[in-house]
Amino acid sequence: MAKRQVMFTFPRKLIKEPIIYQLSRKFEIVTNIRRADVSEDRGWVVLELEGGDKEIDAGIAWVKEEGVRVDPVVGDIIEG
Amino acid sequence: MAYATGLRCRKCGQEYPLQPIRVCDFCLSPVEVIYDYKAMARGLTRRKISEGPISMWRYRDLLPVEGEDIIDIGTGFTPLVKADNLGRKLGLDKLYIKNDCLNPSYSFKDRAVSVAVTRAREFGFDTVACASTGNLAASVAAHAAKANMKAYVFVPANVEPGKLVGVAIYNPNLVTVDGSYDDVNRLCADVAQRYNWGFININLRPYYAEGSKTLGFEVAEQLGWQPPDCVVAPAASGLLFTRIWKGLQELSTLKLMGPVNTHMYLTQASGSSPIVHAFEVGTLHVHPVTPKTMVTSIAIGNPADGYYALMVARQSGGGASSATDGEAIEGMKLLAQTEGIFAEAAGGVVIAGLKKLASAGVIKRDQLTVAFITGAGPRTQEIVKDIVHTYNVRPDLKSFNQVLGPTGLK
Repeated sequence: MAKRQVMFTFPRKLIKEPIIYQLSRKFEIVTNIRRADVSEDRGWVVLELEGGDKEIDAGIAWVKEEGVRVDPVVGDIIEG
Repeated sequence: MAYATGLRCRKCGQEYPLQPIRVCDFCLSPVEVIYDYKAMARGLTRRKISEGPISMWRYRDLLPVEGEDIIDIGTGFTPLVKADNLGRKLGLDKLYIKNDCLNPSYSFKDRAVSVAVTRAREFGFDTVACASTGNLAASVAAHAAKANMKAYVFVPANVEPGKLVGVAIYNPNLVTVDGSYDDVNRLCADVAQRYNWGFININLRPYYAEGSKTLGFEVAEQLGWQPPDCVVAPAASGLLFTRIWKGLQELSTLKLMGPVNTHMYLTQASGSSPIVHAFEVGTLHVHPVTPKTMVTSIAIGNPADGYYALMVARQSGGGASSATDGEAIEGMKLLAQTEGIFAEAAGGVVIAGLKKLASAGVIKRDQLTVAFITGAGPRTQEIVKDIVHTYNVRPDLKSFNQVLGPTGLK
């Protein structure tokens, strides 16, 4: 089992969608929210995903397809 | 003497021992080094500092290292130059340039990496790593060479080979990754979790961050133990900007100088300016963007310390300013042609931002202002290659006179 710490940023059109609930229903992933801030026009959630590597990869790919931006919680690692 | 006592989460306050960790276990926020400032104040004087080496390591007591074995390639105590020519152009009487191009690998990153690699060895790592195509990569590779440590540098596979020469010369393991920028980020996060390496800006990040404080220390000392009225500095991850501020604050806390009333202004390239955007619209969250700029050394779309940089700009009564790629190039030229300093494009962004702040009257003529130039131009000189204009002459005086003599162009 792997753990991956990520930040989801939601655009306005997805604020009302239960994306994280669906992520754990569609894939064998345990979602564990640590920090979040959601307003009427934008939202972000910092969470830990736990599951098989391939499940997490597939889950993140699905979340991105839905329109959510996914970033590492440590920020961008590549620097100039 | 070592005064660092632990790490503390910047959001929830959870404390940890001095270990290689990247984020708080509880809320996944960045952690930072904490110090025993009372003990530090008893042991530290201006005189003790000024008797130290002419390098960043004169501030060693304020840095989170323990042993005697410092990995130093000769970094720091770079010139603080009074910029009268540039000041006249911009209408600023007390303008200074902190020229950090003059570090051994040509950027301020040497400050941060020197601390991180020193600490990596103290932790027992035999390998250090980073992901970068430019300044950070060169600095990590150079310090690893000095420390006799292995180095891994991760870059996207589509990077131009010429960009890597200044890294490859130090002989690190250069890993090109087939995939996007995001894929490299993802791989590095995974590698950092699974390999027992010192990943410079992941599990060593709390220590790496502290090295940049020395820019604040140096400027204050070079000004005669005074904080400047205004600071203008570039922001990528936001780390440098917050640490210049922290450095000034620490000197004041330790009573090595008076109160800090410095206004902190950050600058970003317009094509990658999430912190400037957050400042301008007044939000507390820095929303990630996808960078679109040629100013690659500060092109970070998801800045790890963006929130904290935003807070410093706000709380200090400072601000935020962005510059287009074209304005950045004009800024590079202006700095070179007034002060003789060839900065990288991030320096051009700083000068362009400074110009806007001065012309808008935000920074006043009589305010003592320091602009931070954090990397040298030659590494990415292709971006200004169209600046080359030559006068062609035949090898005889007649031809020279015709082209450039009394009747010629000049």
